[in-house]
Amino acid sequence: MKALVPVKRVVDYNVKVRVKSDNTGVDIANVKMSMNPFDEIAVEEAVRLKEKGVVTEVIAVSCGVTACQETLRTAMAIGADRAILVETSEELQPLAVAKLLKALVDKEQPGLIILGKQAIDDDCNQTGQMLAALADLPQATFASKVEVADGKAQVTREVDGGLETIALSLPAVITTDLRLNEPRYVTLPNIMKAKKKQLDTVKPEELGVDVAPRLKTLKVTEPPKRGAGVKVPDVATLVDKLKNEAKVI
Amino acid sequence: MAALVIAEHDNAGIKAATLNTVTAAIACGGDVHVLVAGENAAAAAEAAAKIAGVAKVLLADSAALAHGLAENLAAQVIAIAGNYSHILFPATASGKNTAPRVAAKLDVAQVSDITKVVAADTFERPIYAGNAIATVQSADAVKVITVRTTGFDAAAATGGSASVEKIDAAADSGKSRFVGQEIAKNDRPELTAAKIIVSGGRALGSAEKFQEVMTPLADKLGAAIGASRAAVDAGYAANDLQVGQTGKIVAPQLYIAAGISGAIQHLAGMKDSKVIVAINKDPEAPIFSVADYGLEADLFTAVPELVKAL
Repeated sequence: MKALVPVKRVVDYNVKVRVKSDNTGVDIANVKMSMNPFDEIAVEEAVRLKEKGVVTEVIAVSCGVTACQETLRTAMAIGADRAILVETSEELQPLAVAKLLKALVDKEQPGLIILGKQAIDDDCNQTGQMLAALADLPQATFASKVEVADGKAQVTREVDGGLETIALSLPAVITTDLRLNEPRYVTLPNIMKAKKKQLDTVKPEELGVDVAPRLKTLKVTEPPKRGAGVKVPDVATLVDKLKNEAKVI
Repeated sequence: MAALVIAEHDNAGIKAATLNTVTAAIACGGDVHVLVAGENAAAAAEAAAKIAGVAKVLLADSAALAHGLAENLAAQVIAIAGNYSHILFPATASGKNTAPRVAAKLDVAQVSDITKVVAADTFERPIYAGNAIATVQSADAVKVITVRTTGFDAAAATGGSASVEKIDAAADSGKSRFVGQEIAKNDRPELTAAKIIVSGGRALGSAEKFQEVMTPLADKLGAAIGASRAAVDAGYAANDLQVGQTGKIVAPQLYIAAGISGAIQHLAGMKDSKVIVAINKDPEAPIFSVADYGLEADLFTAVPELVKAL
């Protein structure tokens, strides 16, 4: 069984982004880019399933600009066997990415598609669910535990108030939550090995997908600033302020 | 055209997130209908009919809808989607799970986590963990939306008198099955609906200390308990208590952060709280930059003292 793992190149989670002064977006020139952390967890999970003998081949996919090759090399350094770049310089929105992935699912016929629950740049939380809908597959989002046996996946999901376990027939789409696993550190020998692994490039038009954006971003602005308040010297003052000034208790 | 709100409910009643979503739906213009999809959910439908501003409640009742499986719930929504210009889900675990399936099947973009309705086709939503606010316009005929509940006031739970109409329930997809759940049972208010939240960080040092220090304060205030990612990662608190970009987004009347340094991802989840109190012994902790009241003190002495003083 193959596992397909879509990965997104995003602004590194440690970077504090700045809104451009013309309000057209955030400034991502010369900032560090990395693999979306949730996608890293997805790659790790797929590689662990391969190490357990459940999965036979892990294919990493990224959609976007040429530089996404770096993200794919990282995925292969973690342990993905080969990679596919759907190359385009168009702005890609989740629906377009889901359509591109659907075309690759049709071609590669994976038993599992594992991806991050959301990307930390647009915070959309859509692509996995959209892919599942387009490919007419069952889904388990926000996974904190995945077990695959007998052509079924049993997935524990993080839901409001606790955990939920569901069983899916395969093929299926799984999106990862924060605590599914801790991705391994990539070692230098594995980085070197990853450079030799197969990386194919296709264009959206070869997959027959129209990727034109559906949402227009009119402007991007700074969030309202919340000013610092006052420091209080002791608990008594704090209680007094909460009771008589803020009137919240 | 009308707007459809997908109710968050437990079959017996309506969850608070539904009320905020109704307010967002009203802002989109047109009538507001509410879909209650569940099993033996007539009581929830009755409750939905009382929400102020709701014109009609649609009740789909079937075993296939019992656990809100995304495949079945999405099929239910799609079956009636043709009647609506806007389809709104609360941005809860369930809403986030299902909405994109609906959008993809309708071949429309989804607008996630909106915090403001600017016009019927234009919305504000936070990106980059709330470090920027994007104003986006949808050209699609149907707008599929998830609503960040903290961005909208709750509609009044009573005062409405909508009709309840039973509709055909969607069939079971047969591709997914509910196995079980572990939902923490306690008398505390839900994190995302609580008026007061007391939240603990890594400085608590252990799961035992977290309980020992935070629980009395929560009990005293009738508050929900939250935690920073660092505290959850360290195993001091359960995963579903995490407040932040990738956890719960909260905006209570009062948020008390004890021993939380205030990483950007945490601030993203709570900076819309009305009043923020920070208790931290590090004077440089970033949490102080958003706190209305900062107390520079050791939480192990300050929190018990606070419990006594309340």
